[in-house]
Amino acid sequence: MSQDERRIVDPALLRGLTMPRITRRAALRGAGVAGMSALLAACGVKGTTKSAPPPDQAKLFWDKQVKAGVLNFANWPAYIDTDPVNGKTSLQRFTDATGIKVNYKEVIQDNDSFLGKITPSLRAGQDTGWDLMVITNGGSIEKLIRQNFLQQLDLSRLPNFNKYASAQFKNPSYDPGNKHTVAWQAGITGIGYNPKLTGREITTFEDLFDPKFKGRVGMFGDNVDLPNFTMVGMGIKPETSTVEDWRRAADKLKQQRDSGILRKYIDNAQEIQGLESGDLWASMAYSGDIFQINAELEKAGKAGEIKFVIPKEGAMLWTDNMCIPLKAKHPLDALTYMDYVYQPSIAAQLAAFIEYITPVQEAAKLEMQRQIPTASRDQKDTLEAAVKDPLIFPTEADLARTHRYRVLTLAEEKVWNSIFEPIVQS
Amino acid sequence: MRRTAPYLLALPGVLWLAVFFVVPIAMTLSVSLQTGNVEQGFQFTWHFANYSDAMSRYHAQFVRSIVYGVIVTGVTFLLAYPMAYWIAFHGGRRKSVYLFLILLPFFVSFVIRTVAWQFILSDNGILLGLLKKLHLLGQGFHVLATSYAVIGGLTYNYLPFMVLPLFVSLERIDPTLVEAANDLYASRVRAFLRVVFPLSIPGVFAGVLLTFVPVVADYVSASILGGTNTTMIGNVIQTLYLTNNDYPLASALSFVLMAVLIAGVLLYARVLGTARVYEVASG
Repeated sequence: MSQDERRIVDPALLRGLTMPRITRRAALRGAGVAGMSALLAACGVKGTTKSAPPPDQAKLFWDKQVKAGVLNFANWPAYIDTDPVNGKTSLQRFTDATGIKVNYKEVIQDNDSFLGKITPSLRAGQDTGWDLMVITNGGSIEKLIRQNFLQQLDLSRLPNFNKYASAQFKNPSYDPGNKHTVAWQAGITGIGYNPKLTGREITTFEDLFDPKFKGRVGMFGDNVDLPNFTMVGMGIKPETSTVEDWRRAADKLKQQRDSGILRKYIDNAQEIQGLESGDLWASMAYSGDIFQINAELEKAGKAGEIKFVIPKEGAMLWTDNMCIPLKAKHPLDALTYMDYVYQPSIAAQLAAFIEYITPVQEAAKLEMQRQIPTASRDQKDTLEAAVKDPLIFPTEADLARTHRYRVLTLAEEKVWNSIFEPIVQS
Repeated sequence: MRRTAPYLLALPGVLWLAVFFVVPIAMTLSVSLQTGNVEQGFQFTWHFANYSDAMSRYHAQFVRSIVYGVIVTGVTFLLAYPMAYWIAFHGGRRKSVYLFLILLPFFVSFVIRTVAWQFILSDNGILLGLLKKLHLLGQGFHVLATSYAVIGGLTYNYLPFMVLPLFVSLERIDPTLVEAANDLYASRVRAFLRVVFPLSIPGVFAGVLLTFVPVVADYVSASILGGTNTTMIGNVIQTLYLTNNDYPLASALSFVLMAVLIAGVLLYARVLGTARVYEVASG
């Protein structure tokens, strides 16, 4: 090859020989990577918050509704009367009075996991399968209201509520004007225990950390009751607690868990079952559950022996709220029920059985006192006990020892979860 | 037509996998790299820190799941092999009856069966209560809420997954091969080790996979029978997805779990030699 010939080599060929070529495979690979990135980026998950409905939506909505005769009601375990009084339970009375059949299901074990299940439907704008559900304040009900997941109520259609609900249950801070919710019951998270098994009365939060009860103590495995109750037990006000306080509470819980004193983190059903079977000697518990556990024990021929205590450090006070999820199939039936349970006689029947703080304080007490002279002997005992029961009609002094849950912003919730979730998920 | 027919036959399966496997996997991968919260939405930001967060918070549960998986697979194997062997070689006419008995628990829901164990093992329940009354056990003794309960529950629930493949491979072994080995002066132990066991390797391979993979990801047994320090990675993922709605962290954990399982399975196949498995399987 001569000099001249070499010079006349096509520059394109030279470039092709010396520089890396983009092969078809590489081009495809490049396109693949770019396409994959685009695909991954396209998979962003939309937020769940719905836009707020126009202000007159509620009235228009309710004007259009007709009674369906069916009500799908999601509630917590041991949260309704199951023994008939004068031949009927409150649910049967409701069906008799209105012709609405109630499909009553105890499907809520804790707020977060129930909301986790129905949120995808709410977000997609679909029916959740429930017409009425009972959700606690202190984070959960606030979340539903904030995201506009609840049907607005029309208070003019709730005459019993307007007439009989106690002042402290009207216009709550988390739902001003009762726009979306009315209270079902309120209650206290304290300690339930079996004196026969513990061998002594339980009086303080520290009793839950006693090595003598190794493997016999239960704590709620949720992200609300457990941290808040622990802080109260440590003398920290949950309402004003700091991240540092949360860490201290988590350390305290970790020690209880790793030393084996704690048997298990439990949900509502496991609390009831554990205290009933004796697997748990002392446990965080909801105030009314104890009464029903004892009723069950009595039925089984064992003496009523479980006790409930507000530890001397204090306890949690919460309100459970009836609400109607958006796109519910039978909203008018749900609204009818909401109002029905505010009748004093029904509220009294319910409260005397489930032993939670009734939202119809004054009228239900009067109703109970009115019924006592004519009641059957069993019912008379029940009512006389109920009228004096601080778990149904708490005094100012009792309520002064209770605290409300810490309400978290979204940013705080992330930190809170990262501190408490690894404790529960051990 | 003859040339396209195989593709057409494969098409429904391929479409099924594309829609219900590839798409969800791509979604999960994407979500695992996102940031945000459930109310305002998640954005894709290449947030690899989700992976390090997930592992630093939940490595203990991860390791525990794998340890449980190994123990449960080992125990089910030790229980299932003699069972399958006996049914295959000595089951006689009632073989199908025995198999049916092994499958019988499947007619009851998985969760119900596990809850039944919770009832049986309860501290003062029908079993422990009786033993305590007879003073064979101390009052403080309990099985529930321990890792024994979780491992026991898992072993019980997954035993059939081990028995069935073992039975299938043992059943296909020609008994005359064993006779031949005996004729050639092999002892019974030697005949088993050199003839029967090697021929059952495909069943062992399938049984181990069918048990190990779902056991590692199981969350029912730990949540019903377990207590503290028995939480498995499946429980964590479930809570993160359904309770906390922390989709990125949950996706990252799911992805790591999947990767670890695939790597483990590949390693296992390599050690056992898939080529040999196919060879034996195809006779």
